[in-house]
Amino acid sequence: MVGIVGYGGYVPLHRMSRKEIGTFWRKSAGGGEKAVANADEDSVTMGVEAVVDCLRGRDRREVDGLYFATASPVYLEKQNASIVAAAADLREDIITADIGNSMRAATTAVSAALDAVKAGSRKNVLVVAAECRVPGVNSDLEMSLGDGAAALMLGSQNVVAEIEAFHSVTSEFLDVWRRPRERFHRTWEDRFVVNEGYLKIAHDAASAFLAQMGRPIKDFAKVVLNAPDQRSHAELARRLGVDPGGQLQDSLLNAVGHAGTAASMMMLVAALEEAAPGDRILWANYGDGCDVLALKVTDDIKNLIPVRGMKAHLASKRPIEGYSKYLRFRNLIEGEADRRPPDLSALTVLWRERDQIMRCYGSRCRKCEQIQYPVQRICIYCQTQDDYELVRLSERTGKIFTFSMDERAMALDLPNVLTIVDLDEGGRYYSVLTDRDPQTVDVGQAVELTFRKLHEGSGINNYTWKVRPIRVQGGS
Amino acid sequence: MESMKDKIAIVGMGCSAFGERWDTDKDDLIIEATREALEDAGIELKDVQAAWVGTSYNETGVSLSAPLKLQYIPVTRVENACGTAADALRNAAFAVAAKAYDVALVVGYEKLKDAGVGGTPANKGVEKWHPTYGYGVAAPGRYALAATRYFARYGLTREEGKRLIGQISVKSHYNGARNPKAHMQREVTLEQVVNAPMIAWPLGLYDACGVTDGAAAAIICRKEDAKRFRSDYITLKGIAVSCGPGMGKSNVNYDFTHWDETERAAAQAYEMAGIKNPRKELQVVECHDCFSIAELIACESLGIWEKGGAKAEIEAGTNTMHGDLPVNLSGGLKSFGHPIGASGLREVYEIYKQLQGKAQHPERQLKNIDFGLAHNQGGHPGRFVCSITILGRP
Repeated sequence: MVGIVGYGGYVPLHRMSRKEIGTFWRKSAGGGEKAVANADEDSVTMGVEAVVDCLRGRDRREVDGLYFATASPVYLEKQNASIVAAAADLREDIITADIGNSMRAATTAVSAALDAVKAGSRKNVLVVAAECRVPGVNSDLEMSLGDGAAALMLGSQNVVAEIEAFHSVTSEFLDVWRRPRERFHRTWEDRFVVNEGYLKIAHDAASAFLAQMGRPIKDFAKVVLNAPDQRSHAELARRLGVDPGGQLQDSLLNAVGHAGTAASMMMLVAALEEAAPGDRILWANYGDGCDVLALKVTDDIKNLIPVRGMKAHLASKRPIEGYSKYLRFRNLIEGEADRRPPDLSALTVLWRERDQIMRCYGSRCRKCEQIQYPVQRICIYCQTQDDYELVRLSERTGKIFTFSMDERAMALDLPNVLTIVDLDEGGRYYSVLTDRDPQTVDVGQAVELTFRKLHEGSGINNYTWKVRPIRVQGGS
Repeated sequence: MESMKDKIAIVGMGCSAFGERWDTDKDDLIIEATREALEDAGIELKDVQAAWVGTSYNETGVSLSAPLKLQYIPVTRVENACGTAADALRNAAFAVAAKAYDVALVVGYEKLKDAGVGGTPANKGVEKWHPTYGYGVAAPGRYALAATRYFARYGLTREEGKRLIGQISVKSHYNGARNPKAHMQREVTLEQVVNAPMIAWPLGLYDACGVTDGAAAAIICRKEDAKRFRSDYITLKGIAVSCGPGMGKSNVNYDFTHWDETERAAAQAYEMAGIKNPRKELQVVECHDCFSIAELIACESLGIWEKGGAKAEIEAGTNTMHGDLPVNLSGGLKSFGHPIGASGLREVYEIYKQLQGKAQHPERQLKNIDFGLAHNQGGHPGRFVCSITILGRP
């Protein structure tokens, strides 16, 4: 049996109500809110969040591959998946790949992973989809798009949801596109895009799949349909005969917005969180055609190690401080030119210290057992030289020992909260506090580590492990 | 190991006017301070056999020899960030004590106000190229870590903490307003200080020192030669430097409410000077107060205040111009200003003038003083190099 052996989810902390956008542009707005990545988040950092969530309680050495699906890569040339793999501290002798460009990329990645597992060439393959698309200001997409990520581990041991069948249709249908060098999306009249494109292509693909399987739609406990908007979502469900009550999986459009390649995988994770053994799930993922999957939940779902998934991340949220803050987060408004020289990042240093910077390794002295970050060749405490082991600190928690809040720092979101954190299992960590409310930052506050972008010196995304107030209290 | 006590005499000192010296460059500042020092010592530039120059932002001894047209004598550049100048003096003192030279010039200077920004110019060098460490972090945010921790450790509310350190700034501005060469010659109220724009919580604008152009200079010789220059020369009683391993941000044992390097350097300097009870034996202290919290912790780490005793001392006003141990009578880095590479020598200049009875304003002249201490440090909490210079009459 091959299928999903684990899942993880991620929704950024900040939400912006559609009313907020509508008020700013003096236009009517739909209901609900959208998830907005923090200034230091992007598709890679959110991908790391979902992967780390999926890997809770698992042995990271058992991961044999990672496929990263996104339409908002942080590099156009240079792999994004390798960054996710490094931050997640995966082995280096694995396959990594970016699968992008299409809203259907997530299921394409699932297909590739599934085939590898089926063929026996890889045992456990992670598929992560993450999206942080930047729509043009005052566009329809600005109302609908949201940010988020989800991850699935595919394998053949302890499968929690067997993938029974996979059907794929390709279609050269232009609806939303963006060429290199173009910052924002282009699209066509929505009546054409939805009626001739989405509704027909997705419907026909799903119908053909069901006919092929010889299984009526009523056999499925949940139906996950990727949809550009609520109305189209309901209409596709109606045409497929899906009961909009219990059977149709919530689109997340009201709570997250459309998270691009990650959207339907986030819905699937939400469906799996509520699933019972024996449930069948239909998953249709639209974009340049349509992929349709049939899944069957197994008894092993009861043994799954708890993760934060979609539920806890959806419940944990904070309104963004206004539309203008959103513009700043996404770099949509230009600031004053910096009178200081540009920052330089030495790639040689990044390479030499890759384990420490990307994988968050500190050292533990073998003599006195003290944990130290950054890695120290000569122990801070007992001065023993070159007798230490590396320990990953990225999953540790700690308490703020002291902090400051710099109102003048070079950061998109001021104040820049500097923290000295004493880790609960030893070691002291000096970092920036993100996803914080400046009003409530305090000595003794409990924090956890999170992979974020620090700056873009030397024209690269300089990532680091920051700290944040513990996002979900109690467990996972 | 031999004590340096009373081996070296300072026979001349100079200090440029400190401030936003838009119309002067670093050469003008060097010439201004050096000229005063030479005249004070009654010598000419050709009498100088070797020189040490402290600057954090300029390179090589040529930055001194060029403006002064020094004729091929050795010039050593010393750099210890904000603790640069005191260490330049220390190195010159060793060379003269070793009789390698008889007369040496020490100059510390910095020209900061050409940077186009309100704060200090960006540092350069290899550490700055690190992709992550220290990015977007500046001195206010680093020192503020100590303030937050001090408040937490001693149970001060945010409001109480702000008002406590704010009183240090009020005192420094009062002193600076009475010092003709000070950068900021204006008194401020506690309300102004606590309500000033925030720089890095809990440090506001008036918790931070001036970003200043300036230079200071000294002429030194061995004590036995000093009488040839003047009768009221001043001698070095204790001189010490401590450079910490710099691991406070990684070491769980560091508490951010004391300066280890200051304690180590002070212990060495007190021993050399024969000072048993610094609070009783010192009559004036110039300490490194780049921020109000820095002065508070320096006073506790120098042992002139008890640990946690700042509140009682400040409320009793013991550190004021008329208190029993004035701290930063000059106005300090806060109000006199802080040209990075000059501050250490500028502190020594204040003690030198006080010991000679030549403070420029009668109100600020202390009576009957034997010992003064200058405390100068570079770096930031958890990562300091600290210089202590104790001066006295021979």
